[in-house]
Amino acid sequence: MKERYENPVVEGVARLMVPLIQIFGLYVITHGHYGPGGGFQGGVILAASLLLLRLTLGEEYEHRRFPPRQAILLATSGMLLFVLVGLLPLGRGAPYLNYAYLPIPGLAEPEARYLGILIVEIGIGMAVWGTLVTLFDHLVGGEAQ
Amino acid sequence: MKWLELLVLGLFLALLVYAEFDLPERGDPNAPASVHVSRSYIERSVRDTKTPNIVTAVLADYRGYDTLGETLVILAAGLAVFLILPRMKTPRSR
Repeated sequence: MKERYENPVVEGVARLMVPLIQIFGLYVITHGHYGPGGGFQGGVILAASLLLLRLTLGEEYEHRRFPPRQAILLATSGMLLFVLVGLLPLGRGAPYLNYAYLPIPGLAEPEARYLGILIVEIGIGMAVWGTLVTLFDHLVGGEAQ
Repeated sequence: MKWLELLVLGLFLALLVYAEFDLPERGDPNAPASVHVSRSYIERSVRDTKTPNIVTAVLADYRGYDTLGETLVILAAGLAVFLILPRMKTPRSR
């Protein structure tokens, strides 16, 4: 699990698939307004791409590119993004999480809510992505530092 | 003892089947769950949020608190693993 999977076919296919999987994950996050998708699903797909790399290229290589500490940082900053965007409307006397009152000038109410949903979905995606990578790194049982 | 368990399970099954007869029809527009706020979500979500996907509008906008809690639960699971597992003294099987 921790070592590199010594097989050129597996490694080549993984290297080929990961960018496509990641693009699809971003698409699922940002396309949640128009079809099935959203932060949770897209975050899981993005996490799956990283897990594929960790399984095929091994921890030694992958932990240098995306350290486990960075994963938990990603998760918490996604959650922070969600909470802070929810706090913004409070400055204009609106309830918590009411994106219609995001303090952005020149933005009509529906557009502000559209933007608020998008930012929140991105925050959810980051939180889910980081959390799943963290779970994998620690449950697989290495010195995750 | 085994017969007693089977009897209790059978009674529970009978209760559930009995209760099932009172459930509204699938997709019934007059079901109690569909007459409260669902109609206004369906009518207003595109106008309010410019989001054609009503599910997303409900999940992230109308029911933002719920989603905030869900994300927090997932993050809490990740944080618990991150904080507890590296400190466990028991030798792990590699």
